Order: sequence, then C-alpha cells, then structure tokens
Amino acid sequence: MNRLDHTLTQLRAKGEKALITYIMAGDPSLQETEQLVLELERAGADVIELGVPFSDPIADGPVIQKAAERGLRSGTSLRKILESVRHLRISTQIPIVLMAYYNNIHAFGEADFCRSAADAGVDGLIVPDMPPDEAGPLRGPADAVGLHLIFLLAPTSTASRRAYVAKESGGFVYYVSITGITGAKLHDMAGVRDNVAKIRKHTKTPVAVGFGVATPDDAARVASVADGVIVGSAIVRRVGDHGQDGRLVQEVGAFVRSLKVAMQPV
Amino acid sequence: MAIPDGQGRFGAYGGRYVPETLMPALLELEEVYQRTRRDKKFQAELRHYLKEYVGRPTPLYFAQRLTKRLGGAKIYLKREDLCHTGAHKINNAIGQALLARRMRKPRLIAETGAGQHGVATATVAAMFGLECEIYMGTEDMQRQALNVFRMRLLGSTVTGVDAGSRTLKDAISEAMRDWTTNVRTTHYVLGSVLGAHPYPMMIRDFQSVIGREARKQILTAEGRLPDCLIACVGGGSNAMGLFHAFVPDKKVKMVGVEAGGLGVASGKHAARFEGGRPGVLQGTMTYLLQDENGQVNLTHSVSAGLDYAAVGPEHSYYKETNRAQYTSVTDDEALTAFDLLAREEGIMPALESAHAIAEVMKCAPKMKKSQILIVNLSGRGDKDVQQVARIKGVTL
Repeated sequence: MNRLDHTLTQLRAKGEKALITYIMAGDPSLQETEQLVLELERAGADVIELGVPFSDPIADGPVIQKAAERGLRSGTSLRKILESVRHLRISTQIPIVLMAYYNNIHAFGEADFCRSAADAGVDGLIVPDMPPDEAGPLRGPADAVGLHLIFLLAPTSTASRRAYVAKESGGFVYYVSITGITGAKLHDMAGVRDNVAKIRKHTKTPVAVGFGVATPDDAARVASVADGVIVGSAIVRRVGDHGQDGRLVQEVGAFVRSLKVAMQPV
Repeated sequence: MAIPDGQGRFGAYGGRYVPETLMPALLELEEVYQRTRRDKKFQAELRHYLKEYVGRPTPLYFAQRLTKRLGGAKIYLKREDLCHTGAHKINNAIGQALLARRMRKPRLIAETGAGQHGVATATVAAMFGLECEIYMGTEDMQRQALNVFRMRLLGSTVTGVDAGSRTLKDAISEAMRDWTTNVRTTHYVLGSVLGAHPYPMMIRDFQSVIGREARKQILTAEGRLPDCLIACVGGGSNAMGLFHAFVPDKKVKMVGVEAGGLGVASGKHAARFEGGRPGVLQGTMTYLLQDENGQVNLTHSVSAGLDYAAVGPEHSYYKETNRAQYTSVTDDEALTAFDLLAREEGIMPALESAHAIAEVMKCAPKMKKSQILIVNLSGRGDKDVQQVARIKGVTL
C-alpha cells in the first residue's frame, strides 16, 4: 500500500488530522533538507511535501520564490532530490510528496521520472501548473508505479471543475484556501468550510487545505474542517531566516511542534 | 483542420498549463471569446475602433530606395509603426479591452517588455475608463524609461518586477500571480501569442487584421501574392498577424526572425528554435530555452521585445510542419538595419522590427527583381533612440 494512503487511513481511524509540511529541497542544501525532513517527522508532521526548485514558479509568492532561488544556487536538481529521498528511506517511512513544476518533469521524461521517483520512495506528485486536463502524459506512468497524482481545487473552481478534479486526484485533494498564490493570508474560514464540504460530495479521498495557513491558530481552525493541513511559506520563511545561523533544525522543529499541538482534537 | 483544437493544441504545442485557480477564468474567457467572435455587433465595434482610433488600415509602402539599394526583390513595408501608440500591439489591446468590458471586469493588467504592449494597454484602459496596472522587469524599465513615463502619463500604475532576469519573462510571471489573486475583477491582457489557451488563438485573431490588409493591398498594387513574408518573432504576435491570412497560400514563403543577441554560439541570445527544445513555460508547451534539468535560461537581446525564453506555440507548430522558416540576426546586424532604414527611407524602425529589416538585407539581394517581399514594420523606433545613442556612445 502507498505510504500516503496508509498514513491518511490510520489518522482517519484515530479521528486525527494530517499535518502536511512543505520545505524547498536544497534550501539551503540537500544535506540540510534531509536533516529537516527527519526533524519534521519528530516534530509531528505526518506527510512531507518537498518543493522542487524551478526558475519560474508562477504559483508561488515571494517567500517560496526566494527559497527556489536558494535551492537552485545550491545546485539542486530533480535527480539529486530523488537521491536524497532514496537516502532518507533508510531512516524513515514518512510519506513524501514532491511538488514540482511541469517543465522539470518534462525535461526528465515523464515515464522515466515516474519510475525513478517511485523507486526512490516518493509517494505522490503535485504539479501546480498542470491541471488534470493536461495530465495525460503522466497518468499512465504514475498509475503503473503507484505514484499518486494530487490535484488542486480553488475557491474559483466551478461545480463541474470540483467534480472532475476530485475524481482525478489521488492520495488527497489539495484545496487552495485562497484566491491567490502561496504565502498570502487566510481570512475566509467559512468559505473554506463550505468548499471542503462541497468537494467531499464528490469523493471519499481526504481533503487537505493549504496556501495561507501560517500560525498554530490557522492550523487548528483548518483542522476542524478538513482532513489535512498543509503549511508551506510559514516554514520556508523560518528556513530562510535561520538557514545560516546553526539554529535551523531547532527553530523549524519548534514551530512545527506548535502546529501539531494546536491541531490535537480537544 | 482548424487549429488550435478544442484543448488549445497546435499539433503538440499549446495547451493550458496553469494553476487550477485560473482554469475557470480561462474557460470563461474562451467561452465568451468564441461567442463574441461570431457576434456581428462586436466585430462592428472592433472595426470602428481599429479605423477611427488606431488609424487602420495601415499603408503597405513600397520601399523604392531600399529596394534599389539591396538590388533584388521588391520590398514592401507593412506600416504597423503608424498605428496609434506606434506599434501593432494596440490591435490586440483594443480587442481584449472590448472583451473585458463584456465580461464586466473593471481592471486590466498586462506585462510588457519593450513597453509597447504596456503603452497600448494603458492607452485603451484610459479610453475605456478602466483601471490598469502594468508589470515590467526593472531591467526593461531602465532600457525603456520613456515608455514607463508614457504609461504613467496615461494613468496606469507601472510595477517593477525585480525577480529572475528582471525582463519580460518575470513580468509575465508576476502578472499571472496578480491575475491568480484578482481573477474575479481583473482581465489579464496578455500581449503576445503566448500563454495558456485561448490567448495564443485569440491574440492571433486580433492581430490577423495585419495580414488580411496586406494581402488585399498587395493584390491591388501588384496583382499577385508576394513571394515571401518576413517578421521578427519575440512571442510572435506581429509575425502571426502578418502570416495568418497567407497560411493557405502555400507558395508564399514565411520567415520569422528571432533575436540572435551576441550570436547563438555565445549563449547570449533569444533564438529559441536554434538553441531550445520543447518545454512548458507560463501556460504553454512550446520551444523554450532551457538547461538539461528544465530550468529556463536567461536570454539576451538589444531589443527588449524579443528578449524572451519561449515562443508562441503556433510558431512551434509552423516550424515543425515546415510551413514557416525561422532564423536569427544579431544585435549588431539589427543596429545596422536600424541605420539603413533611417537613411534610405526616412523611417526609424523599433529595434524589434530592425531584426526583420536585417533579414531583408540578407535575403532580398538573393531574390529576383521580379519577386516581391513584404516585411512587417511592427513598431517605430522613437522609444529606442536613447538606447541607440547610448550604444553609439553619444551623450544626448
């Protein structure tokens, strides 16, 4: 069974919500990325989302754009990220999902990439600039190796998009909580609740909410309406702040612990 | 077969590679556009503004002295430089502003490289009373300071983009982020045959007035079709605009001219067909300058309007099917052409269009005197005068 399905099923059985934490691979270096992944797990993360740095990240706000620039400067590539995942699999079985822009995957070769990623121990794939309408070239190769293709829905999505995207998405459905890019502020919790409920009418797949979840309080509120909480920019900002001062692992760990505590069912 | 297909594909190229947040807006835009393009009232409105406001039809001018000087084919210039605001860009900006009005979106945003599309969008926003914000790379703002001031005079906000190469590519990314955030109130007036479907098709349609006029004009002047069409290709909207009406005329050769920068061998250029391979950037699958990992390369050109890592997907299709040929000329060749056209014809071309003239200098002498060549003079050079002075070492 795919590690992602296993973890999300277990959490659901316990009545708990998944904490999904995003960091940019190679920021500040892939070696530190590996240390961070292990610390995120110790701090209570249930799923790791690894960003693949791309030169032109159209879905990302300034915090993740800068992280991608740092990742590229440290010489990070998709191939090297897969080596890191393979190395991590010696010490952890936490589900790992890659968030990569399509051109990096296209340059690797869709079929070759899916095989290599599954073989390294990747469980799922989020491609923010590839809606399911364009996912044809990935669908066959991903299904063949049991790699989930996770798609996004947004506040602007129409009923027909919700039905279509929810059906296509594997592992979980990624609901983008705001009309905007990563790192913006979350302010419409009622809208999030409504939309998550609408998505659930179309699928039994868990629904996780991301974009704009920045504080333990945000995490608690989102956990009360969704199956999973995705936190990205707020962690990546701390990686940027402490990447060079020796307190990186400690600072990120403390923040993620505070998110996890806030999400515990009362 | 009509291209693009229902998914916005020109053969293997095109498509809709955007965040889900934008998908409903693209689907709405496509639906509204498909409806309005057949709407007689919309077409009449568009014709009205193109005639009375833009000044169409633009002349097809026989460049007698240039023809004599080069000693070969008869050279005709399609004078898009005489459009209001000084370039072909306004043909598309008017069309999209009319669509935005129909969709009741009170705010326009646009990216700009050379500043011509930004000025065109700022102009139509002023005329229709719409709010307008233009994104421009800070490197381009420096190269095209005059156009930045023009946009501000027209009442638009110009927002500098300080990311990546600080040129057109980064301005497009920032405009897409704005659109993703404000999609409910905002229409994104993309300036070239780029981006996600329906933009490449829609912008081609709005620009195809260039070729429809030129075809009629050459038949009147010469009684026959031209042998060759030449246009510069950044995103490729002026080239697509000229080419489109001639695509079924198989005997008419079509040549697109990319920016060779300091020479393709130097790596400092924007010649996507010579130096790139298919990939996805900013919504579309097309020829793209990229490294082996799929990271987008930095580009270079003396001309901000050609300084972009990808090319319109329909051009990739014409390249692959051999319906058009693509070549490149260097910065130096373009500057020589700029001088030549100024001195022989009293016309200063935009540095973008000077690339097309440079290609004319290469191929006209090899053609017979009985042959006919049409070149799209897509913009005027006023905006480039300061930069040309700087390159020549002249202090103004």
